[in-house]
Amino acid sequence: MTHEEINEIQNIEIKLFLEALFQRYGYDFRNYSQAHIKRRLLHRMNLGNFSGISQMQHKILYDSGFVQQILLDLSINVTEMFRDPSFYASVRKEVVPILKTYPFIKTWHAGCSTGEEVYSMAILFKEENILNRTQIYATDFNHKVLKTAKEGIYPIDLIKDYTTNYQKAGGKESFSDYYDANYNSVIIDGSLKKNIVFADHNLVTDSVFAEVNLIVCRNVLIYFNRELQDKVIKLFLDSLTPGGILCLGSKENLQYSAHFEYFSVIDTHEKIYRKEYRRPSTSNDNP
Amino acid sequence: MRKYTEKNTDDQAHRMIIPEIPIHLKPKAIVIGTSAGGVEALTKLFKALRPGFSIPILVVQHISPSSDSYLVQHLNRISSVTVKEALDKTVIEPFHAYLAPPNYHLLIEEDFTIALTVDEKVSYARPSIDVLFETAARAFNRNLLGIILTGANSDGAYGASMLRKMGGYLIVQDPSTAHIATMPETAIQQAGADFITNLEGISKFLNRLP
Repeated sequence: MTHEEINEIQNIEIKLFLEALFQRYGYDFRNYSQAHIKRRLLHRMNLGNFSGISQMQHKILYDSGFVQQILLDLSINVTEMFRDPSFYASVRKEVVPILKTYPFIKTWHAGCSTGEEVYSMAILFKEENILNRTQIYATDFNHKVLKTAKEGIYPIDLIKDYTTNYQKAGGKESFSDYYDANYNSVIIDGSLKKNIVFADHNLVTDSVFAEVNLIVCRNVLIYFNRELQDKVIKLFLDSLTPGGILCLGSKENLQYSAHFEYFSVIDTHEKIYRKEYRRPSTSNDNP
Repeated sequence: MRKYTEKNTDDQAHRMIIPEIPIHLKPKAIVIGTSAGGVEALTKLFKALRPGFSIPILVVQHISPSSDSYLVQHLNRISSVTVKEALDKTVIEPFHAYLAPPNYHLLIEEDFTIALTVDEKVSYARPSIDVLFETAARAFNRNLLGIILTGANSDGAYGASMLRKMGGYLIVQDPSTAHIATMPETAIQQAGADFITNLEGISKFLNRLP
């Protein structure tokens, strides 16, 4: 059999594997970037000495412990505090003045992973004196990363990079004010956690979570195919108040979305958008 | 074909013998991976591309996460092809070259579109040459040409072996002519090569492609 034929067969096996994962456990990766899924599953196949994806499919159907492993393989949990400092600088300059006009602010970090970017935003809000009137929802479908996010404990060896990011992002205080250091870890200051609710939410299968003024969802949509991207952007559109703000990753783009007309651009480089005040026409409201 | 073990640095003419382009080699895409010294090497290659060169090129150059779009603009200015930063979900087009953005992996979907991810570093790198070569090999199979250039680490060696396994054609820069030999050396050790030559030889080979 040629490698090309094996490649074709693997594509069939991956489709069946994702279908099994969805039907058995409700986790839906069927509309994720195929190249990403395939790379990760083949990696797991080699590490676990499986003879093929089909053997992994058998294991996932009968061994619920294996699901956690696969979820970690397929989900994206690479993050850092003040990742892309220029994004936070732009939030401070362009978004905070808008938020300051509201008596009460609700924000949603969709796909928050291990929480670093949620705490970064909480720090920024604290320095801008709006944290005490902000409710932050931080959601992910992966329970394991959500637990880490809630704890807010991170390896100390990353703090040097985070401090640099914080400074580049226009931080106003000393970064060490926001954590307590231990031998090899730091714990995020309790005052930052007070207004954050961490919750289980799956962007692919769940519906509107809350009505919010700001949604931050960075480097999640790139893992979805066009169809799923549009579905999730519609979910964001429905979750935002009129005039609400949507922040995407720097290589993500609303421009090609079917829902682009309902947004205006605040910062084209940092991918910050604002929902228009006019209501979307109902003809596009099909689920 | 000149074997890598022959250390004949004096024989320029010998190194410049370009092999016949295999009859079955009709690449639909070219993938290039490089690290230290890559900007200079890419400059030479892109400058030398003949007008009307149509095969799309995808490039991973290891680059600092905070770098700007200088390299894209620079290569675009000096080359006959249109050089862009790779954008998520873009359809790969002829007469274009795409550079992986800093801090993102560049993957190729089997429907010939571009995908970006922020997964863990691979071979200590993001973007990683291994990730580009591995996914491109699955998308293009034998219709892929890979080029490994100068670099100070071993990223690309695994991807290059995947590329050859899937029937692709691999050119590696002659390590003795590379700014840093490690990357081409490791690629040759792990993947072998279909053609080993200097930058001029690579340019001549490319410009002869249909």
